[in-house]
Amino acid sequence: MTHDHGAHRGRKRIHLAAHFPGVNNTTVWADPRSGSQIDFSSFVHLARTAERGLFDFFFLAEGLRLREHHGRVHDLDVVGRPESLTLLSALAAVTDRLGLAATVNATFNEPYELARRLASLDHLSGGRAAWNVVTSSDAFTGENFRRGGFLDRADRYTRAAESVATARELWDSWPAGAPRPFAHHGRHFDISGTFDVARPPQGHPVIIQAGDSAEGREFAASAADVVFSRHGGLDAGRAFHADVKRRLGAYGRRPEDLKIMPGVTVVLGDTAAEAQEKAAEIRRQQVSPQTALLTLEQVWGRDLSAYDPDGPLPDIDPDPAGDVAHGRVRVADPLAVAARWRALAEAKGLSIRQTVIETSGRQSFIGTPGAVAAEMAEFVAKGAADGFILVPHLTPGGLDDFVDRVVPLLQERGAFRTEYTGTTLREHLGLPAARQPDHVKG
Amino acid sequence: MFEDRGPGRSPVREGAGPGKGPPQAHRPPPRHPRTCAPYPTPYPTPYPTPYPTPYPPPAKDLHAHPHPPLHLSVALDRIAGHGAEPYLRAARLAERGRLDFVTLGDSLGPPRRGVSRLDALAVLARIAPATERIGLVPTVTTTHTEPFHVSSAVSTLDWVSRGRAGWTVDVSADEAAARHFGRRAAAPAAELWREAGEVADVVARLWDSWEDDAEIRDTATGRFIDRDKLHYVDFEGTGFSVRGPAIVPRPPQGHPVTAVDATDPLPRAVAAAHADLAFLRVPRHGDATRALRAARDDLRRRARDAGRGEPLPLVVASLPVALYAAADAVALADLAGAWYADGLVDGLHLRPEDPDRDLALLVDGTVPVLQHRGLLRSFYPGGTLREHLCLPRPANRYARALAGGTA
Ligand SMILES: Cc1cc2nc3c(=O)[nH]c(=O)nc-3n(C[C@H](O)[C@H](O)[C@H](O)COP(=O)(O)O)c2cc1C
Repeated sequence: MTHDHGAHRGRKRIHLAAHFPGVNNTTVWADPRSGSQIDFSSFVHLARTAERGLFDFFFLAEGLRLREHHGRVHDLDVVGRPESLTLLSALAAVTDRLGLAATVNATFNEPYELARRLASLDHLSGGRAAWNVVTSSDAFTGENFRRGGFLDRADRYTRAAESVATARELWDSWPAGAPRPFAHHGRHFDISGTFDVARPPQGHPVIIQAGDSAEGREFAASAADVVFSRHGGLDAGRAFHADVKRRLGAYGRRPEDLKIMPGVTVVLGDTAAEAQEKAAEIRRQQVSPQTALLTLEQVWGRDLSAYDPDGPLPDIDPDPAGDVAHGRVRVADPLAVAARWRALAEAKGLSIRQTVIETSGRQSFIGTPGAVAAEMAEFVAKGAADGFILVPHLTPGGLDDFVDRVVPLLQERGAFRTEYTGTTLREHLGLPAARQPDHVKG
Repeated sequence: MFEDRGPGRSPVREGAGPGKGPPQAHRPPPRHPRTCAPYPTPYPTPYPTPYPTPYPPPAKDLHAHPHPPLHLSVALDRIAGHGAEPYLRAARLAERGRLDFVTLGDSLGPPRRGVSRLDALAVLARIAPATERIGLVPTVTTTHTEPFHVSSAVSTLDWVSRGRAGWTVDVSADEAAARHFGRRAAAPAAELWREAGEVADVVARLWDSWEDDAEIRDTATGRFIDRDKLHYVDFEGTGFSVRGPAIVPRPPQGHPVTAVDATDPLPRAVAAAHADLAFLRVPRHGDATRALRAARDDLRRRARDAGRGEPLPLVVASLPVALYAAADAVALADLAGAWYADGLVDGLHLRPEDPDRDLALLVDGTVPVLQHRGLLRSFYPGGTLREHLCLPRPANRYARALAGGTA
């Protein structure tokens, strides 16, 4: 038996999570193996695969308004998702140990209700709940809510931080047999009363943060248990890892109290060459001719529907004021991006579609199962990550191969658990037990 | 059987039902506009149910009754403990009795009697994959929860249960709940119920905001959806607005079943306009039959006044029960049979005093008697809650509008 502190003492253990395929062009729907993005059986398949692979948790993203392009619902990508907390409550019935992480927006939810829903999921799953606290907020999404409107970045994060703090006060307000009244008087919330859910099995469900700005990193350092980062490369990962861990000291926290898990993609092959071929084919599937044009329009800020995706890049310049896409991250400096793309297309003789494929970023880990296992272990050993959130491109079988072929090799290396040693997500992640409320200490 | 009565005393003797003499032979209830297909006919299932029908073929005597069966449901409210197990056990027992659905109440106010209470919709979502046919109807309050979230959550319950979801619309009128949110003061019930009606309205619009065949996966044009089949709802309520479309595709039932406790006049107006099913609490005192009839007639009148066509809301009498012995179970069957045969109600919603004790007697005592009398089916002919209730799957209002426009 290999325990976390057993035979491979000193070697860092990797944490793994399974991201249900999202509503963007990473998810390939045109492949014949692509299943339903909404039928419950797809969620069961991926969750059971993750649990078979002894993953730490299963992850659901969230978007509270359908994305738009030119003022119309974007129609090229997979779209339509369940509501996270309800879906995870159902998954608790078909899994035993797997952590269940829901992305829930802190701007468009109130802490009392969220704390209650998370505490309920934690009870119903025996201590496996996690909350990915996202803050994205704009007037566009706000049109679906009473609150409406827009919070600027600073306000978004102070509200998110206060939401988490308030939720923890509520979870702490039921220390033993009976509830105690709570009162929270803060900048964003002024609430009081009696919480109605007994203290969750984990004490505090796990808090995940996904945001990249300085404010986001600071919030993660002060309050999160896990960071879902964008920095999947070795160097960028190390820089991000060092930056966020450095911030922990100011909050009296140790480096191991916060796990950094970049979102990554994996392509496996029997040989390195086969894996590269498959990776290229997946990128081609991810960028259909229509998606290529639309990606270009997001940079150019203009209607480019008259262009041939298999022809050359437009010679007109981007309109920096153009605003064609809603519900996505804006391109920071379109003129510079356009110049770079043109240079690339010219140098290699690429069409619009080929250029978009070329610039859309390679998969994080491409190779044989052995090479991928070695590279992942190296990332963790070198301080680029504490683990990975795997984002498959196929629903629901996208992680089957990884679990069957890579997980055993990670285990052989002593880099990954060979059984669940705990029952709660906090235990899987090796996080300290949630602080007991002061009034019940000792 | 009523809460305030002693053990083993039959309610039938006290004028709550007609109950004279032995159980009456079954008489066909009055013609009902909402007819179920005769049992042996396989129900048209708009949404393919993944389960093979695990239940025995229909009993012969049911061929004769092409009218809806009595609809029986039970509340899981008094179950103690914070895990899923006791709820699951109760729901499975109810499923064994072929009940139409279970309900679970909820509130955003303080705990009652210091007992921990979980989010009702989450509990029933947790039960969904571990049951096969039973309908799942949590209470969802509309006062503090965003209408958009209500729509997504109930829709998701329908997806994870493969078409077995409903919700009971309720409001939070108390000051204590308002303080938990700090966003608005407690408001008068009239205002809250008007808003609840608007929420029920926008929630159903959001369910319709995706047409059933919006997902096309058309590789030739690179389009995953036909965006002409996604619709903005642009709903302007008195105190909120919602743009849409929903983030969740149209749920398997089209519209999960909307229920309202229509005992009081304010919610009754909401039920008349928006509910598929209305609970009427049986009064503890006085002539229950008369009170139910008056409330039912008022509900139907209001529904017609609100412009509702068939089917009008199902009328379900809700009553507390405490079953101590087999005789109580049979008395309950007599009462149910009598009310149903009179056409007084479409079904019964039972609120057990002690679910562990009462549910077993209900399933092993009352249910077989009702089945024997041909009032209750002995298997689930359909897969969805709407099918159990003989309610059609609603057409999509936006699809209809489009078809009308081009005609
Ligand atoms: C890896 C990653 C995943 C994210 N997932 C979601 C999501 O599922 N839903 C959402 O609304 N926002 C999501 N976000 C957005 C963040 O919550 C945040 O709003 C955004 O990154 C902007 O914040 P920042 O300026 O601090 O980066 C994600 C961000 C990152 C980095």
